[in-house]
Amino acid sequence: MNVTITVNGEKTSHEVEDRTLLVHHLRDVVGLTATNVGCDTSTCGACTVLVNGESVKSCTVLAAQVDGDEVQTLEGLAGENGELDPMQSAFREHHALQCGFCTPGMVMAATSLLRENPHPTEEEVRAALKGNLCRCTGYHNIVQAIMSAAESAEGAR
Amino acid sequence: MSIVGTRVVRTEDPRLLTTGAQYLEDLRLPELQGAAYATFVRSPMAHARITGIDVSAALDEPGVVAVLTADDLDDIPESPPGREPLLAKDVVRFVGEPVAIVLTEEHYQGEDAAELVSVDYDELPAVVGVQQALTDETLLFPDKGTNVLSRGGAKEFDDEAFADCEVVVERTIVNQRVAAAPLEVRAAAARWADDRLTLWSSTQNVHGVRDELTGKLGLDKKAVRVIAPDVGGGFGAKIGADRETVVVGWAARRTGRPVRWVETRNENLMAMSQGRAQLHTITIGGSRDGRVQAYRLDIVQDCGGYVRMGGMLPHLTMLMASGVYDLPRVETAFRSVVTNTTPIGAYRGAGRPEATAAIERAMDLFAAEIGMDAAEVRRRNFVAPDKFPFTTPTGATYDTGEYAKALDTVLEAAGYDELRAEQRRRRERDDPIQLGIGVSAYVEITGGGPDAGETARVSVHPDGTVTVWTGSSPHGQGHATAWAMLVQDELGIPMDRITVRHGDTDVLTEGVGTFGSRSLQIGGTAVRNAAVEIKERARELAAEEMEADPADLVLDLESGTWTVRGVPGRGVPWAQLAERAGPEGLSADTTFATDQSTFPFGAHVAVVEVDMETGRPRLVRHVSVDDAGPVVNPILAEGQRHGGIAQGAAQALFEEVSYDEYGNPVTATLLDYTFISAAELPSFELVPMETPTSVNPLGVKGIGEAGTIGSTPAVQSAVVDALGHLGVRHIDMPASPERVWTAINEARTAQ
Amino acid sequence: MIPPKFAYRRAGSAEEAVSLLAEYGDEAKILAGGHSLLPLMKLRLAQPEFLIDIGRVHELSYIRGEADHIAVGALTRYHDLEHSELLAAELPLLAHASGKVGDPQVRHRGTIGGSIAHGESASDVPAVVLALDGTLVVSGPSGVREIPSSEFFLGPFETVLEPDELLTEIRLPRPASPGWSFQKLTSRAIDWAIVAVAVQGSSVGLVNMGSTPLRATATERALADGASITDAAARAAEGTSPFADRNASPEYRKHLARVLVRRGLEEAAGRAG
Repeated sequence: MNVTITVNGEKTSHEVEDRTLLVHHLRDVVGLTATNVGCDTSTCGACTVLVNGESVKSCTVLAAQVDGDEVQTLEGLAGENGELDPMQSAFREHHALQCGFCTPGMVMAATSLLRENPHPTEEEVRAALKGNLCRCTGYHNIVQAIMSAAESAEGAR
Repeated sequence: MSIVGTRVVRTEDPRLLTTGAQYLEDLRLPELQGAAYATFVRSPMAHARITGIDVSAALDEPGVVAVLTADDLDDIPESPPGREPLLAKDVVRFVGEPVAIVLTEEHYQGEDAAELVSVDYDELPAVVGVQQALTDETLLFPDKGTNVLSRGGAKEFDDEAFADCEVVVERTIVNQRVAAAPLEVRAAAARWADDRLTLWSSTQNVHGVRDELTGKLGLDKKAVRVIAPDVGGGFGAKIGADRETVVVGWAARRTGRPVRWVETRNENLMAMSQGRAQLHTITIGGSRDGRVQAYRLDIVQDCGGYVRMGGMLPHLTMLMASGVYDLPRVETAFRSVVTNTTPIGAYRGAGRPEATAAIERAMDLFAAEIGMDAAEVRRRNFVAPDKFPFTTPTGATYDTGEYAKALDTVLEAAGYDELRAEQRRRRERDDPIQLGIGVSAYVEITGGGPDAGETARVSVHPDGTVTVWTGSSPHGQGHATAWAMLVQDELGIPMDRITVRHGDTDVLTEGVGTFGSRSLQIGGTAVRNAAVEIKERARELAAEEMEADPADLVLDLESGTWTVRGVPGRGVPWAQLAERAGPEGLSADTTFATDQSTFPFGAHVAVVEVDMETGRPRLVRHVSVDDAGPVVNPILAEGQRHGGIAQGAAQALFEEVSYDEYGNPVTATLLDYTFISAAELPSFELVPMETPTSVNPLGVKGIGEAGTIGSTPAVQSAVVDALGHLGVRHIDMPASPERVWTAINEARTAQ
Repeated sequence: MIPPKFAYRRAGSAEEAVSLLAEYGDEAKILAGGHSLLPLMKLRLAQPEFLIDIGRVHELSYIRGEADHIAVGALTRYHDLEHSELLAAELPLLAHASGKVGDPQVRHRGTIGGSIAHGESASDVPAVVLALDGTLVVSGPSGVREIPSSEFFLGPFETVLEPDELLTEIRLPRPASPGWSFQKLTSRAIDWAIVAVAVQGSSVGLVNMGSTPLRATATERALADGASITDAAARAAEGTSPFADRNASPEYRKHLARVLVRRGLEEAAGRAG
């Protein structure tokens, strides 16, 4: 079937097999490989992208289901000259990534969280990350980074 | 001011945060154009004889390039009997064991075709758990006559050792099987061209992978090149080449077509090496004044279906058995048994967390028996600071340590006395939420050992930039940043002009890799030594250039230029010297090796709240001192400690690989395997402490595994401690709500 | 992991979904958020030949206050239930429990109707609907029928829904008593409940205490007879036969039911003022 998806602001249109999962569509057809597959059971969150601005696990969504929708991946966050967006900067400043495999999903989940709850408590941040697993960082610096991104957004306002 | 010791954000991150890293599955290389996709057919049986394999239906499926089985492995050396084969031939010994490889044109065709490979199995009784293995009623390898494939340590225990003790406590405890579960699963890709195999592998050590490939495929070392792309975590389970990786390399040669393979998480949780899986019987004896006189550790190691590292790990556990304590008598022994479960390999700590968990549980049991504070009992038995280097009864020689200082520091940071006071208050008012305080002290072994070394090449180019090649193999640790800091510190060339690379056996033909917390102390030292060597060569070149005595030349680290002592004026920059050195620039290759290991140590305090009605424990604070000597980059060292603490706490509270009685894994997805998340953890409180070693010129020890080793016993102890007033002395890991609830019930019934 | 092959059909309306179901019958499955069905398909535990995607049937996504009940469209996502002002005011139990399902990503896709039609007894929202005395509105080839939630669930992954029927609406009467509570005990935060309890007034729903969502009938009867909360809660596990699994034995689940029902009733009583 044909699916037309606006990915990171650019309209894409492709013929795909009906069973194509969104994550494979993004990686193998659209050619954006930042989004990773970590578990297959919508547990680990490595495949998190934004669909119409909300975090979803792209390994558990068919490309066909988001036909006509807007999808944003990690590749769509930085500015035109490659400058990091506030969440990306906060992750770097706080050493919130080690191997980097969970990072694309983690950053997108965090982005979605702050859109819905701009001033989360630490407990709220931790609860919101329960579907994003990381084996390297112990989550400590990820939580710090998100709290700090929320604060800097506050300061900028 | 030196950059070493300062908080430098990682140079790796901008790429990882914008386009994402290039993991194996992300490779879009021309060399892999047209690659076939590999899918393994795996055994659904824990123990069975293979009576037939019919691949015809699969071959008829669209897009199927080939289906290959053990019978096709006729062009490589036969695997020795009793060893883990590449593809199962006559017998399968665990669920998930690879039986055939299916190659398809498209990724999506793989699973469809693999389902059509029909394998006939004649089911055999499954051996699950070490107790069943020890009965030898069912044998995995009948030719061996037993499931106990190796044993070591004391031939017989000497009960005399405990005869004069006022108090003796004995207990059998479980150090359960856990999954390494790096977020990136296993993956490989291979290409055979011009009589050479190029293999990309998600690995911690390309050289080890190459050596396994050459051995198993019967190839010359020069005919194999192994490359590591970005690697999404390893934790010990990506050391070397697993059988699937070797088969992928073989299949590329066999079919003359590039092959790529990425497993699923389900496969990963069945077939990637798992960790721990030891049963311990601990006996501890001493006097009522808190002095321990004798300690015994009897280990049964579950190796799984084949012996990967299951024969080696208990040696490390025995070596480190007495921990931070100066114990007059220590006895250890082990038996390694095979069972119809996933094979066991290295997992963060690999043998040492087991030793620490055992001795720390033993100290707690002893403390409870004599009614003394657990911290105080530890203090009375530490190896004293003036005794280093200290050789333990099991033969380890600890380099340096300040064990009492580490404990006192962490207790103070945690507010230990106030925590105990709060615990008393809650007990007095019979609070439904009780407080538990767990204390652990640990020492572990990292780095050196016979043949352990690491390679490095540092090259200063005529444009003034530097390339560092390291035999270490980072997969999240931040070596690109840390190694550049070391080189800047030696050469005065700013780190933004320094590129650190790794993971190609054609560039550095020898190397060891990243595991066992060895990288900074061995690999970092090799890099530092290469820089020092370059500096000496540069001194000669600068002397020629400036017509001065080499001894008078000074490197100004701020500007990165060479000047003649006492002579004002512009110095000679590195670029000029690199140019002068010839077309190759200035380059040095080094190998650093040492027989001496280092012994990081520390102490942790965990605070747990237990809901006394439901049994549910919750980790509310975790405070640690982890002393691995001087810190090159605090943010990296802290990151290692954070991750380590989380994994250790996960073993204490949540994670366990389990099987049903037929050997079917019941934790083969991340829905079932309770991988710890942010919601189960607090922020951690890290306290700095640095005691250098003299084993290497940087004075450093390994920090990669320390957090895991210290946290597991502290968290486990905290759960038990919360119930201490009821008389509970032990709860096996993981301390699930039901286990804790059961312990509360049993204790209340007994009262 | 890849789902087995199927043919994808998109329904533009509830009516079209019902007619597609009539056409494909047993071979078809309705795809709403997909967060129950797609993982099962990827594990190859479900292999439907046709998926009928109702994700674009916006007419099935709503939360409306009617004269005597709240009407929730079957396609309403957990995220929308969690953040609904109407529910916060009128049915806070449903809003709160929806916010405890899965993780934010799952709540952005998962729907109330999908969860109920899936018939998973470990799922939170079916027991909430049961405790709220909800009615399920179902469309089929022969028209619309209304099924009391107490008659809807038959067994593990089994409901009275016929293969050609579509769940379209959940009707929830305005509760007589305002006190509510949702108590959930999990291993990890993301895990299914070992046991959860939904309380509205003196109605009590139980999650994962058997092959279907249940009402704690013995407790409810005891309360009606004037028993204290403690005494009534002690009867919470009567008539239940919970499963044993890796997380919990039946005995532990029964114990948890008693504890969580007591806590739930106490909290609900506190809220009722």
